[in-house]
Amino acid sequence: MTDHTEELHVVTVDVNGVRRTASVEARKLLVHLLRDDLGLTGTHVGCDTSQCGACTVDIDGQAVKSCTVLAVMTSGSSITTIEGLARGGGALHPVQAAFHEHHALQCGFCTPGMIMSVRQMLGQNPNPTESEIRHGLAGNICRCTGYNNIVRAVQSLASEAPRHD
Amino acid sequence: MTDTTAIRYVGQSLRRREDFKFVTGKGRYSDDIKAPGMLHIAVLRSPHAHAIIKHVDLTVAKAAPGVRLALSGTDLAGKIGSIVPNWIIPGTKVPDRPVVAIDRVRFVGECVALVVAETQAMAHDAIGLIDVDYETLPSVVDEEAAIRDGAPQLHDNVPNNITTIYKIGGGDYGKAAREADQVITLRVANNRLIPTCMETRSILAEPNVDGSLTVYLQSQVPHMHRRWIADTVGISEHQLRIVAPDIGGGFGAKMHLYPEELLCPYLARLLGVPVKWWESRSESHQSTNHGRAHTEALEIAFRNDGKVLGLKVETLGNVGAYLSNMASGGPTVNTINFGTGAYKIEHYEARSRVVVTNTVPVDAYRGYGRPEGAYIAERAIDAVARHLNLDQVEVRRLNFIQPADFPYRPYSGPATIYDSGNYEGCLVKAMEAFNYDFRSAERDQLRAKGRYRGIGVAAYTHMCGMAPSRRLSLIGFNRGGWESARVSVDSSGRVTIFSGSMSQGHGHVTSLAQIAADVLQIPIEDIDVVQGDTRQVQAGHGTFNSRSMAVGGSGVHVSSTRVVAKAKKIAAGMLEVDEADVSYQAGKFSVPGTDIASLKFGTVARMAHVGHQLPDGMEPGLDETVFYDPKGMGAPSGVHMAYVDVDPETGIVDILDYVAVDDAGTIINPLLAAGQIHGGVVQGIAQALYEEVSYDADTGQLMTGSLLDYAVPRAEHVPSIRSLFQETPSPTNPIGVKGIGESGSIAAPPCMVHAVLDALSPFGIKHLDMPMTPPRVWSAIQKARAGADR
Amino acid sequence: MIPASFDYVRATSLSHAIGLLQDDPDGNKLVAGGHTLIPTLKLRLASPALLIDISGIDELRGIEVADCIRIGALTTHAELLASKPLREVLPIFHQAADMIADPQVRNRGTIGGSLANADPAADWPAVVIALKGELELAGPTRRRRIAARDFFVDIMTTALEPGEVLVAIHMPRPNRGAKFRYRKIRHPASGYAVVGVAATLCLRDDIVSEVMIAITGATSRAFAADSASTHLIGKPLSTENIAMAASLTGEQAECLSDHYASADYRKHLVKTEVSRALASLNGA
Repeated sequence: MTDHTEELHVVTVDVNGVRRTASVEARKLLVHLLRDDLGLTGTHVGCDTSQCGACTVDIDGQAVKSCTVLAVMTSGSSITTIEGLARGGGALHPVQAAFHEHHALQCGFCTPGMIMSVRQMLGQNPNPTESEIRHGLAGNICRCTGYNNIVRAVQSLASEAPRHD
Repeated sequence: MTDTTAIRYVGQSLRRREDFKFVTGKGRYSDDIKAPGMLHIAVLRSPHAHAIIKHVDLTVAKAAPGVRLALSGTDLAGKIGSIVPNWIIPGTKVPDRPVVAIDRVRFVGECVALVVAETQAMAHDAIGLIDVDYETLPSVVDEEAAIRDGAPQLHDNVPNNITTIYKIGGGDYGKAAREADQVITLRVANNRLIPTCMETRSILAEPNVDGSLTVYLQSQVPHMHRRWIADTVGISEHQLRIVAPDIGGGFGAKMHLYPEELLCPYLARLLGVPVKWWESRSESHQSTNHGRAHTEALEIAFRNDGKVLGLKVETLGNVGAYLSNMASGGPTVNTINFGTGAYKIEHYEARSRVVVTNTVPVDAYRGYGRPEGAYIAERAIDAVARHLNLDQVEVRRLNFIQPADFPYRPYSGPATIYDSGNYEGCLVKAMEAFNYDFRSAERDQLRAKGRYRGIGVAAYTHMCGMAPSRRLSLIGFNRGGWESARVSVDSSGRVTIFSGSMSQGHGHVTSLAQIAADVLQIPIEDIDVVQGDTRQVQAGHGTFNSRSMAVGGSGVHVSSTRVVAKAKKIAAGMLEVDEADVSYQAGKFSVPGTDIASLKFGTVARMAHVGHQLPDGMEPGLDETVFYDPKGMGAPSGVHMAYVDVDPETGIVDILDYVAVDDAGTIINPLLAAGQIHGGVVQGIAQALYEEVSYDADTGQLMTGSLLDYAVPRAEHVPSIRSLFQETPSPTNPIGVKGIGESGSIAAPPCMVHAVLDALSPFGIKHLDMPMTPPRVWSAIQKARAGADR
Repeated sequence: MIPASFDYVRATSLSHAIGLLQDDPDGNKLVAGGHTLIPTLKLRLASPALLIDISGIDELRGIEVADCIRIGALTTHAELLASKPLREVLPIFHQAADMIADPQVRNRGTIGGSLANADPAADWPAVVIALKGELELAGPTRRRRIAARDFFVDIMTTALEPGEVLVAIHMPRPNRGAKFRYRKIRHPASGYAVVGVAATLCLRDDIVSEVMIAITGATSRAFAADSASTHLIGKPLSTENIAMAASLTGEQAECLSDHYASADYRKHLVKTEVSRALASLNGA
């Protein structure tokens, strides 16, 4: 390659239940580790200022923007990406199924991050009102759907009858 | 599914067939594609709005780790052609646009040099090592400032920075003004926007062993891109394969020819290896075309009963530093041809000037010109209603084009024809859904209590699916108006549609299959749709101008019809009856009134393939391709209503309700059609309340350089959208459809402006420019209060 | 999108981190949640030589609610949002955390990072000032505490000395009956405060016995609205007194102007939001 060598750091993470190890530069972002080193291209990059949420993954039970995390800082973590929700081509995760049923996606680019966020939202609040849903989606930008059917999809997953704001 | 007669797919809210890959993270977007040994490009962009490039020193960059090549504009001069627009309004002065600037930069973000390196990180490291010596020049970013005497001049062949002057009209405006009870003037602006597809641009060019080149590119118009790249880079079209994979939104921004789309193919051929470029979001704000950026001066002549007699329009369209693909057409044909909107304004005089400035080029963005045109008509009609203190609905009614008027040529002009519509129907439906009378009363009651509620109304119509081909040459549009569709039946009766349209989230795999399934009378599961690969799809123009269903869908309908016609002939032969006696229903060919056993579609398809028993002279196969060229264009229309609450202390606008009634003719899939309205309306609300590109007027610096400054709305910023349809079929195509993708972004901006103006009417505020941000609303109230105190 | 190269060390203790920071106070930077720093690195607006990862240092963690309240610098916005013991005594942490950025950012971003960065539009500076918080700083030779109101010097500038690390935030336990309100007008794109108001208030027999108002977003640093507090003490929370307090706060604010919002608008928002914050505490 070249005579230039960066100091590399070994990162070991559990990704979707599989132990993965990679040697990375300190500057490598988690999203690039996932996409470029581990081949998990379902996690997308939509901005560079932590606004859009297309890169959202789950790290140790928390939804996180993987473009704003250094890969080297995640060593030892358990990470779930969109590819980890419906494993082995099996049944869709309920959030995935609801997005399909309610036409909550168009171009699909924001969808993986959106689904990862909704998954956490419902974990913390199984029965959100419409305004709680919209507030809970503050970290994800969708340019196609106007959020209308994303809200409908999340409402369909609420554990109880609609609760009004 | 045994009996398909009960199923008619068109009109059903089928769930999308393409969703599975997207919800599981298996979508395949351009940046997901990697080629072994690929190199990466990074582009050095101009930090200056206007400057002479005195020297570019690449020495240090060339020596940086992993760098294979570093080039300036001088190195590329003569090796790649210039970027040439594709729609050139007659009389337009076209400035030269080199792919990489050679001796002068004209906007912040223009390509100045590039590096090819082993990794993206190395390429980005190396562009920081390029040393450019600039001599800065005065710049101008505003279209009104750019045409003043003494303004900085961008191009030697574009005096006064005006590339194009275009006029349209009819009747006699001067006479109308003389006969009118009153004439008012209004200056309106369409704020500059960034289309903001969630997927930024990315290109991978991969040389093949046979000397051909494959380019993975998010293109709304793959076959157009093939032609443009071939022409500019000097490759034969047949040696160039464009593959448009899944596209993360287009909205018009991914249908132009950009420098990077030429650099990757050129460099891949030069170096003999795959070459990739990926655009970061902040880079995108200065490297991908912007939209809108108009100023309009209106003069409106009307009677005291609210009837508008005449309208005069002066448009200035800011197109940035160079003419992008369609840039001379947007502020001209696409805008002022539609300036009278849904109204019968018989005396119309409009002029548009296309202006270059030291800003990112401006081109199509969802609606392209039609939002600006509708804004002219709607702001004019609303201003009349407000000026006369008449009901906004009644003034619209008085001026509407009536159902009996169709096909209607506004202002008896030469170019625009509205094929059909029923605006009163949309209006009534919207008023009922919105509960207009109740809301009006509620607004008035709350107003008495010091609450500022407002109701906004906007009606629109426009034309979609630019066609027919022979008419497009008159306006300098260097493409056809047709779309290609091939319906290919395999030997078991399953079908693949090869469509020249290009979905970017529209759901064509579902909607085009719905159209075909009804004609072919087979289960939709037996139909696949292929798009976006110029090696597979025979030809096409792609997706823009809300043309996919009206033109692309009609093409699928026609080719499916031809398939059935041929199959019927084959079936007649197989059944040994006259073709006229054969009936095709529910996927079976039968002879009614006889006991002859029917033939399944698949059986006939097999016969077509084996060719054992075909009518004399018939070629084997069951495979029909059409180049469908529409005879005319459909005119969607609609009425939208919004209800807002304005907090006068903070200026914050809260949207309480939004109702959209849209008439797009026959609706193929209501679920998907409503999705188009939801998204379009929210982009229109974004224009009205949130988004605006700001440039520093002195330095030409882009102030909204990232999503930290440029406010794309979040879920919290917008309401639920209630979408309803009225179906007035278009007589211009066999399925009666009209475009729908752009309707939301056309109707919502004036609707929102009218709602806020209605809320602020107690302050006497007559006009607000978009975006109506809280500081801007508050400031208008302060000014109005100060004025009232005087 | 890709940061310039840097080295990375995971600090094993606070003294380790301080030692590394001291090696090159200009070139070395601390990283914990990284939600301010990493975007800056990606846009190449900063290129430190070494990142010192302090996220594993236990001493910087934790929320303790006792006679005093201690919040470790590494506490995330999400932890502050979710902490029930904290919400019982100081609900303003819940109110403010819920308005910071978005759920994903809150899961990673820390209060220490926010305070040390001293963005003039950040939320926590106003909150800790209003709560009369003290910031615990550890340096190469000493530990010290500084009142929050003295910590913020100017835009992105604090009283942190080279080699110092923010360890924790300490606050007195509030009097029973104390009331709290955080209000914020968010920038629609960044989510930062165009104006944010943190207010704490005690009423005794309908008379203001204690009050503290702090403002963020409006000026080059978060500040305590002392003139308003002075005015309110000993008076009933009447409409007139609220209006006067709002007006005094507005007069004290030397507001920023940018291409989104003018100084006049910010000044008006300060008045409006102070007024609304106080009104909401009246009888709450």
